Amino acid sequence: MNVPTDLKYAKSDEWIRVEGEVATIGISDYAQDALSDIVYVDLPQVGASYTAGQPFGSVESVKAQSDVYLPVGGTVTAVNEALGQTPELVNSDPFGAGWLVKIQLTDAAPLAGLMDAAAYTAFCAGRAH
Amino acid sequence: MLEPLIYDLSRPGRQGVTLPACDVPPTPLPDGLARTTLDLPEVDQLTVVRHFTRLSQLNMGIDTTMYPLGSCTMKYNPRVNETAARLPGLAAAHPLQDPETVQGSLALMFALQEWLADIGGFAGVSLQPAAGAQGELTGVLMMRAYHLDRGDTKRTKMLIPNSAHGTNPATANMAGLEVVEIPSDPRGNVDLEALKTLCDDTVVGLMITNPNTLGLFEEHVEEVVAAVHACGGLVYGDGANMNAIVGKVRPGDLGFDVLHYNLHKTFSTPHGGGGPGSGPVGVSARLTDFLPGPLVARVQDQGETQPPHFSLVTPPKSIGRMKAFWGNFGVLVRAYAYIRANGPDGLRGNSEYAVLNANYLRAKLEDVYKLPYDRVCKHEFVVEGVWADAPGVHALDIAKRLVDYGFHAPTNYFPLIVHEALMIEPTETETRETLDRFVHALRTIAEEAHTQPQLLKDAPHTAPLSRLDEIAAAKQLVLCCRPVALSA
Amino acid sequence: MLAAIGAADIETLFADIPARLRNPQLNLPPALSEMETLADLRELAEDNQHAGRSALFLGAGAYNHYTPQIVDALIQRGEFLTAYTPYQPEVSQGTLQAVFEWQSMVCALTGMDVANASHYDGATALAEAVIMGNEHFRGARRKVVLSPTLHPHARGVVHTYTQGLGLSIVGEDLPPDVAPAALADLVDDQTLLLAVAYPNFLGQIDDLQGLADRVHARGALLVVMADPLALGLLTPPAAFGADIVCGEGQSLGLPLSFGGPYLGFFATRKSLVRKMAGRVVGETHDRQGRRGFVLTLATREQHIRRERASSNICTNQGLMALAATIYLSTLGKHGLRQVAELCWHKSHYAANLIGALPGFRVVAPRPFLKEFVVACPRPVAEINDFLLYQRNIIGGYDLGQDYPALKNHMLLCVTETNTRAQIDDLVGALSELS
Repeated sequence: MNVPTDLKYAKSDEWIRVEGEVATIGISDYAQDALSDIVYVDLPQVGASYTAGQPFGSVESVKAQSDVYLPVGGTVTAVNEALGQTPELVNSDPFGAGWLVKIQLTDAAPLAGLMDAAAYTAFCAGRAH
Repeated sequence: MLEPLIYDLSRPGRQGVTLPACDVPPTPLPDGLARTTLDLPEVDQLTVVRHFTRLSQLNMGIDTTMYPLGSCTMKYNPRVNETAARLPGLAAAHPLQDPETVQGSLALMFALQEWLADIGGFAGVSLQPAAGAQGELTGVLMMRAYHLDRGDTKRTKMLIPNSAHGTNPATANMAGLEVVEIPSDPRGNVDLEALKTLCDDTVVGLMITNPNTLGLFEEHVEEVVAAVHACGGLVYGDGANMNAIVGKVRPGDLGFDVLHYNLHKTFSTPHGGGGPGSGPVGVSARLTDFLPGPLVARVQDQGETQPPHFSLVTPPKSIGRMKAFWGNFGVLVRAYAYIRANGPDGLRGNSEYAVLNANYLRAKLEDVYKLPYDRVCKHEFVVEGVWADAPGVHALDIAKRLVDYGFHAPTNYFPLIVHEALMIEPTETETRETLDRFVHALRTIAEEAHTQPQLLKDAPHTAPLSRLDEIAAAKQLVLCCRPVALSA
Repeated sequence: MLAAIGAADIETLFADIPARLRNPQLNLPPALSEMETLADLRELAEDNQHAGRSALFLGAGAYNHYTPQIVDALIQRGEFLTAYTPYQPEVSQGTLQAVFEWQSMVCALTGMDVANASHYDGATALAEAVIMGNEHFRGARRKVVLSPTLHPHARGVVHTYTQGLGLSIVGEDLPPDVAPAALADLVDDQTLLLAVAYPNFLGQIDDLQGLADRVHARGALLVVMADPLALGLLTPPAAFGADIVCGEGQSLGLPLSFGGPYLGFFATRKSLVRKMAGRVVGETHDRQGRRGFVLTLATREQHIRRERASSNICTNQGLMALAATIYLSTLGKHGLRQVAELCWHKSHYAANLIGALPGFRVVAPRPFLKEFVVACPRPVAEINDFLLYQRNIIGGYDLGQDYPALKNHMLLCVTETNTRAQIDDLVGALSELS
């Protein structure tokens, strides 16, 4: 299981990369593996605003559908359009080409409550797959 | 490609039936009313017959093979029922005729209401729901209405065991209720202690399947019902598994307030590759006023010499109608014929044989397939389709391999609380010889799983197609062969 | 078998049922042989009047059309009749391909992109359309506008289905001759959808041009409940910008059967497919690359979503959809239109003659296909009694039951099955009541 050390993780398996006022969000390697082959990704409109913990879309395999939650407050500035045609990017490159949305941060406070790579690795190990 | 699409067989100018010439002076169509194109196939009649005959031959059905699909009760569908439903007086009566002119249909429905009430131990029955899931919605809406009618507005929670069919929580959600899941105990029952701690004055009720989806009769069913009633809640029974208990025990006697029957399971009406079903609901006395309307009622008997007289009436606090007209009448006719042909002893005997057959299979398989809940079952039982010493073989592989032995697969991956579940329901209509062949097949497959696992993973080998790519289907979403795209 | 189980007798297998409640006395009639069962049913059937015995001019949501003989012969093939929902696609390609063909034909008739396997009937299909609209807006809009000329039973089912969802339903109390434009006036930015019928319950073919633009301008959805047989002739609802087209498919070769089993059909735009309820079949391939079909988009459904699912539907009306598919294959492109045109000509012939009778008046300000409203000089029940008991004719539907303004108004239905002689008999009988 790949858990990049430069990211923060939520208990609902999203990762977030913060660069100044902008952040990129996706789902973890653990999450994509648990869902198996992803066939559809539902993403919000650019401009939509969410508070921390709100669902902003969903990721679907043949057998499961999982909502994805924004770990922080923010306004969507970009969505990964490539996932419309190639949702499997979330499986093959969850931390890279399989990113979901980019946001302008409006509430960064929840960042402090997110896990680092070590804590998230331990969190995943503690769950029955 | 096994059989071309009907559209691929289309040739301009062909038509499968002739229609009468217009025998009245024509009236011209106004401009702009008619469509300019209609993309339906043009095929001669023999081509239509062959196409659908060949399609049928790609299916398994009860008529061709044992179909041990757990919780689906794939018993023999008597052909006399088909004849009955097609009698012109029944098949050609219009639902909105004056009730005076359809007394035969109403008498049949009234009898079926009474019989189902008797079989379930209930005070009233509505035949309106078109399927089990619609029966569930009917029942849950009645439970909700009952509390609201009493001014009891804080009840918003529906308790549902974790072994429940997905329709139970989905139904509660449709009715605007919050679902609270109850764990199962190690013997496969509802965890009684957990249930008791959840029972309070916010509970609408409990939805329970008994026998449950493990094929097990709730050992504490009366305590479960009592706990829910004690907090003011009502008990909903999912009747999907009634085939184990018709004539053996009445859910109403156990204290259930509402139950749906699956006529397409317990009462032998054909499933038709996905319906039509029929899901009548029975209710205890306190819910009869809330039944969906209209029901069939017997109006005044006009003395000994006159036949009884029937009409359609809507109960005073009815939740409303669940569908247009009066229910899936043609399915009701078949169920009526089944009950009439079997009588009380026949129905009880069918439950007994269904349970005997299931326990026979269980006994013959338990040394090779792990039984997570190893006790006397009712009409079905659940095994784990996986072995520690046969890595890589899954329940799905066993299910697919059964096809090669001439059997339809059991239900798999349900209930969710059993790992790699295979849920097997033989029904009473299979002979001992067929059951023995089925046992032989499953035992052989267990052996193959250890010696030639690839044989299972590549199965089925004898079906019209090998395994299908569900991921590709979900990604490309080709749902229609004629993209008309007028709505783009 | 008991020995193999290790049980002394059958009763042992039921020991977990409380003993005092076991083996209840059932008060059912005793068993009958097959011959006697059929005789019993024949006796009940004999107590009904029906379209095989009388001329029928009653429609109102259930129609007497001619069904080619191959339809019933083919749906009685055991491999179709006695199969379950196609969970194992390798041994269910017959059912799956037939559903795929049905979906394709529904798309062809409606002009929409995608369709599902079926709903219980037209009324529940409309209710599911409302629930789908609610799901689409995720609770942000609470108002539903229903045309008063949607089938009264369909409106009733919408109320039943949505009673726990806190929606407000408006529009039904408008007069039955309301124009679609007046319904559009009720659509605001709190509205989920506007639903209209095409043709409507009174048989009228409303002009839907421009309606979608007004509904869409408010961000709401347009639902059109259509008679699919009428769509053999009429401009498809997709051409008017409908977002959902649903309806009752009984007119496509299904028997009247006293109201069921019938066939709800449902079609929508591709962009909304993940909000649609019901089984959906999609094309794919097997491991050898051969084309095949599977149930797809299962993540919308109750067995996966459980309490997050917005619909609980699983079993639908599979065999009825198969019958309709065979019906449409047999009639085909020209046959279906021919049936619709026969309805048109015959109903207009009847309306012209009835409208000329003293005391009777045809109320049809807009075009109609097979049903029209007649204002009568006497109560409809009285007329119908005369027609049935004096002339062996099953008359029309009494609209006063649903619309107080239409007291003494009858809805008459004329299809291709009504001969000129039957129509002339009806007109002759009515003339005696002038």
